[in-house]
Formats: sequence, C-alpha cells, structure tokens
Amino acid sequence: MEEELNEEYYKAERKTEWRDKLRKEIKAKERTDISRVRMPEADPNVRNKSNLEVNKGLTLEMALGESHRCLDCAVPTCIVGCPVGTNIPKFIKYLEAGDVLGAAEVLKENNSLPAICGRVCPQEIQCEAQCFYVKKLSKEGAAIGHLERFVADYAREHGPTTIPTLAEPNGIKMAVIGSGPAGLTVAGELAKFGYDVTVFEALHDLGGVLKYGIPEFRLPKSIVDYEINTIKNMGVKFITNFIVGKTATIDDLKEEGYVAFFIASGAGLPNFMNIPGENYSGIQSANEFLTRVNLMGGGNKNFDTPVHTGKNVVVVGGGNTAMDSVRTAKRMGAERAIIMYRRSMEEMPARAEEIKHAIEEGIEFINLASPIEYFADERGKVKKMRVQKMELGEPDASGRRRPVAVEGSEYDIDVDSVVIAVGVSPNPIVQQSMPELEITKWNTIKVDENMMTSILGLFAGGDIVRGGATVILAMGDGRKAATGMHTYVQADVFAKI
Amino acid sequence: MFKIIEKKFLSENVARLVIEAPYIAKSRRAGHFIILRIDKNGERIPLTISDADVEKGTISLIVQRVGVSSHKLCAMNAGDFILDVVGPLGKATHIANVGTVLCAGGGVGVAPLFPIVQAMKLAGNRVITIIAARNKDLVILENEMAEYSDELIVMTDDGSKGTKGLVTQGMEEVILREKVNQAIVIGPAIMMKFAALTTKKYDIPTMASLNTIMVDGTGMCGACRVSVGGKTEFVCVDGPEFDAHKVNFDEMLSRLGAYKEKESENYDEYVKSYEATALN
Repeated sequence: MEEELNEEYYKAERKTEWRDKLRKEIKAKERTDISRVRMPEADPNVRNKSNLEVNKGLTLEMALGESHRCLDCAVPTCIVGCPVGTNIPKFIKYLEAGDVLGAAEVLKENNSLPAICGRVCPQEIQCEAQCFYVKKLSKEGAAIGHLERFVADYAREHGPTTIPTLAEPNGIKMAVIGSGPAGLTVAGELAKFGYDVTVFEALHDLGGVLKYGIPEFRLPKSIVDYEINTIKNMGVKFITNFIVGKTATIDDLKEEGYVAFFIASGAGLPNFMNIPGENYSGIQSANEFLTRVNLMGGGNKNFDTPVHTGKNVVVVGGGNTAMDSVRTAKRMGAERAIIMYRRSMEEMPARAEEIKHAIEEGIEFINLASPIEYFADERGKVKKMRVQKMELGEPDASGRRRPVAVEGSEYDIDVDSVVIAVGVSPNPIVQQSMPELEITKWNTIKVDENMMTSILGLFAGGDIVRGGATVILAMGDGRKAATGMHTYVQADVFAKI
Repeated sequence: MFKIIEKKFLSENVARLVIEAPYIAKSRRAGHFIILRIDKNGERIPLTISDADVEKGTISLIVQRVGVSSHKLCAMNAGDFILDVVGPLGKATHIANVGTVLCAGGGVGVAPLFPIVQAMKLAGNRVITIIAARNKDLVILENEMAEYSDELIVMTDDGSKGTKGLVTQGMEEVILREKVNQAIVIGPAIMMKFAALTTKKYDIPTMASLNTIMVDGTGMCGACRVSVGGKTEFVCVDGPEFDAHKVNFDEMLSRLGAYKEKESENYDEYVKSYEATALN
C-alpha cells in the first residue's frame, strides 16, 4: 500500500480521553454482535429505467448504529488498506460521538473528495478487507465506504460551506493538466500551500472520468460539481477546451510563468480486440457509449448528440466500466443487456456492489466466453457475434487463472449493439508533444518516488502513470505529487530569489 | 465562449466563419482541425481549420449545412458566440518539397484542402489544384486556390462551370500529361475512394484527409476509427491524413452512416421547430 502506518501517531490519537471513554461505553462483544448495516437501495425494477441513484445513503440512525461496530483497534489496519491513508477509526469515532461535521473534517485531512470515494472506491479490497472483523472474526467488515459517504453527504447538506485553511498566496504559478480525480486532488493540495493554480481541461466540462465515465446512477454529477466548486472557492482557476500539447505546449506555458506542472491526462485511449468485423457500425468503445450518454446528453431528446443503443446489447468486459455500460444500456431500453466476460464471476474485476446491482437489475452474464468475430447486415451494421467458450487454465502474471479458448465451442448470438470495455491505454497527446519525456513500453509516463517525470519540474500521476486504475489511486498520486511539487519549487524557485 | 468575427455564405449551403481563438490561431498548421459545440445542448462536431490569422488571433472554418448542428452554425452571425472550440487537433500535414503535387478537392472538401495547397506552394512545389463540385453554385474558394496554385482546374458534374466531368477524370488528364510526385485528395468518402483508385493505377503516393464521426477528438472514444492497411487507426490522433491507397473507404462509408436515421429524425424535428418559430 501507499503509506506506511505511523503507529505512534495513531496510538497517541487513540489515547485521547474522549476516545478512551467512547470505547468503554459499549463492550467489544456487544459491538461485534451488531450486524452490518444494509445500504438502502432504489427498487431494481424502477431504477433500471431511470437515472435514480441506486444507493440511497444511510440515515443518521443507521450510520450511528454502524459506527458502534468499529472497535477502534489498537492497530488500525484499515488505514493501511486506504491509498490516501484516511484516519478511519478517528472519523468513525467522531461520528459515534455524534459529531458528524467533526468526522467530515477528519475525512478532509487526507481526502479532498470523500463523497466521491464513498461511492466509487472498491472498499472490499482496500480498507474493509483489512478490517479486524474480516481478518480475525470472519465477519463482514465495518461499512467504512457507506459511512464515508454518509459523513461527506451530511456535511455537504447540513454543514457550513467552508474551505480548508490556505497558506498566504505566494504568487507562484502551477499548472495542472486534466481535471479528473488526480488533477483535482493536486489542485486542492497546491492551493492549500498558497500556490496560484490553473487546471487545464481538454473537454468542455470539468471532472474527467467522474463526468464522462461514471454514470449518474452511481455518482450524481451534482456531487462532482460541488467538490469542484469547493476547489474553485480555494482560488483554483479552471480553463476548459484547452489541450496542453496542442492548444499550447508546456514550453508555451513556461513562458507564461508556470514553474511546475502536473500531468493527469488519464487513460483515455480505448482498447479494442482486433478481431474481424470489429469496426462495423453499432460496435463502440465503452468510452464512446458512456461519453455520449453521460457528457453529451445522448438519449435525452433535448440534446443534439445521437447515441447508438439496441434491443440486444452485449458489453464485452468485466470491470467497472463494463458494468456502467451494460446498466446504462439497460436503462436506455435494452431487452437483453449482457455482460460477456472471458473469466468466471469470481475473477471479475468490477466492484462487488456493482456486480450485485447489475444482477438485481436484470443484467445477463455470459462468463467464460469471448467474441471472436462480428457479422453485419448489408449496410454494415452489426447483427451477429460469434462467441468462443473459454476455460480457466494456469494463473497468469496477474495471479488470476488464464482463460483458454475451448476449440470447437463457437456459437452465435444475435446482437444489434456491442460495447467494448476491455481496458484503456494512456492518452498519447502530451507525450507526443514532448519526445524527450521518458515513457514505458505501455506508453505510461515514467515517474520517480515523488511523482516527478524525467523532466525537471514536470510531475505526473493517475492513469497516465498507472494505465487504467481507480479514482482513489489517482488521488493518492495527486497527494504525493503535490508534496513533491511543493518541495521542488521550494528548493528550486526560492533558491533563485 | 468564442466570438464569431465574420460570417459569409460562399454558396447556398456553405458558409465561412471567422472565429476569435488566439491560441489555436498560433498553434495550428495545415491539416489540423477543431471540435466545436454551439451551445450547452449541442453535439461536438469536427471542422477543419481552413485558414488562420495569428495577428488577429482568428481562425476560419468552412461549414456545409447538412444536419442540425451545421444548420445552427450557418444561422449564426458575426457578434454571436460559440460555447466551446477546442484544438488544434490531429497531426499536421507532412509538408515537403517533392516536386509536383496534385491537390484534388470535392465539394466542401475544398476547404480543408486550401491550407495544404498553400503550404505545399510555400514549400516550393509545383501545385496543380482541381476543385470539383456538382454545379457552379457549389464551387468555393476559387480565387484563394488560384493564388497558391500553379494551375487551377475547376470541374462541375453538370458543366455549368469549368470542365464538365468528375474529379477523377480531371486527375487522370493531369497524370497522363505530366509527372505527378504526390497527390492529396479531400472530399466525400466516395470521391476519395475513387480518386485513390485512380492514383493507385499510376502508383502515385496519395494522401487522403478523413472526415469521420468524432466525439472528443482526443483519442478517448474511438468513434472515428478506420482500417488503414488492415490496422485500426484513430482519425483524431493518428490522422486525419492517411495513405489513401491503404484506407478501407467502404468501411468508413458504412461507419459514417451509423447515425443517419437518428440524425435525419433530429433534423426533421429541428426543421419543424424552426419553421414553427419562423411562422410565429
């Protein structure tokens, strides 16, 4: 994990009087007897026809009840599971003590986007996987994600609109390229240090993948906008329709006085499978399908952007993007909305909750299968896909069992729409404009332990460094890079004064 | 917000818009395009930059009325604002002194051809330009092309201006007459397909600039993908120019038709509401 556990610090915090007292109020045995809270959800047969947020959020009573489960462990392993090192027991204990806004302050110490992380983080493999309940009691972990969401939502709805404390403005210009989770995190952190920060965004709207990728029913856009507004209120400037490397280069921006840069241009290049017929019309990348719907209003008659969707939709892939796509297709009227995944349910990389929601909403799963060819009608529109069955062989480099094609198992499925969600590659634009920038063989940007690239003063993080990863890992990079940039500028710029 | 400085109809359905976009004006090269979105409910559409003025900080776009967005754009006037303009996008045209260059543009494809003709001439080439249109009213940029071409041939399908015939006939005449080192063809996909077949017969390296459907224009969506020599390429980041002899134009044509039905539905509704407003 990203951060070592600073045991001394957490121990000291845990020993504060109020936490000692709180721990003793309820016996550990009683705490562990409480069963995990269930997130209230919109009815599957209603939500699969609308954009209603699926998870409705906990009530105050439910959140308090769940907060009692947390044992405030002496060694809080949950924190090790969090890529940004959120002080989880501290925020949960503030909540248990009834100070929800205090809990929100704790979250904000390490995470500028808690309402988003509470919704989209894969908690079951991060913090919750490291919970004492899971590791020692073989019980369901504390519902850390649900509580994080509750606290952040409560603070947004009931708390004062505050911004973090900012250092005196120092007038030093910093540029952030991309307004997705990594870029937003860096911008917020640099503003706290007092820098004059400008975020350059290629699209017409801010938020990156949080806007064009993740659908409304999983992450309402109003929540993303609220977080962006907080960062704006911290003095960060945002310029849309500006592609660094095209509209202007890094060198042009240096001439305008920017002294350090953070590249967070994301993994925006969709992968295809390179099988026959893949370019027939009606076959699109998940990025295209989701962007048309989420960013452009496709499917809404008040918007001009058309979107192709069908009655028999197959989404190829098993990640979060595949789940988002198939559930979106269902909401747009697909009679059959099918996930086709080459491994089995067990290996599926999507968040457990998304898979559960998809099943409830009537999504079909064809596992251990992969398309090998597409067929089109006389106008070049896809009408059929040929599928080959797979079986699991030996584990591959990722540790998951490798899918192996079963010879002679081919069969055909009628389709009128196919969405390819088999991963993304780094966006090439910034790298193309800077041939001297060192990249890996996967076209990701090489960085050192402070997230600095091979070029002095130029930092990078998020998917442009990792390939396709998660929101929280991008934010972890952002935090680290902000510190790296601060150190660099302090050493470099101030030395010259 | 991007201000329209000047707007002029070049023919009944083709307008030129000069737009304030200083960064793009400075960075753009021949072959680059932009993506614009007229208003908050609009779609993102790609348009080639046909000219730019660095001092004034403006770019010129040439747009043909075909669907909802281009119709709306043609109805805008000097002083109006376009909500979003982003660019320059794509790879710039490879400009070199190769000898004699044959530039052929069909319909509104003449617009993206213009900056290439200009750059090829300034690079010292002998430039022969053919501009083709269905009839005399649809011929655009004749004077501009003449200024940068050693020879300008105008062709119309009905013979109402210049030579009667198809662009491929004009190209073949030039090729038979003199040594052509490189050809550039820009126009409707079907025209580029046949223009490419013509030059292939004579083994002349040929480049086509493709105008596929796009959403973001930065490599993110893959809507613009085409097969070039059996390999899938993205027009927005790998193009828009490719070896015309390797492009699968039939596939491109079918992909261009992907939204035809939905677009014409939208267009019919737009015309209806436009007429309703006009009648009130």
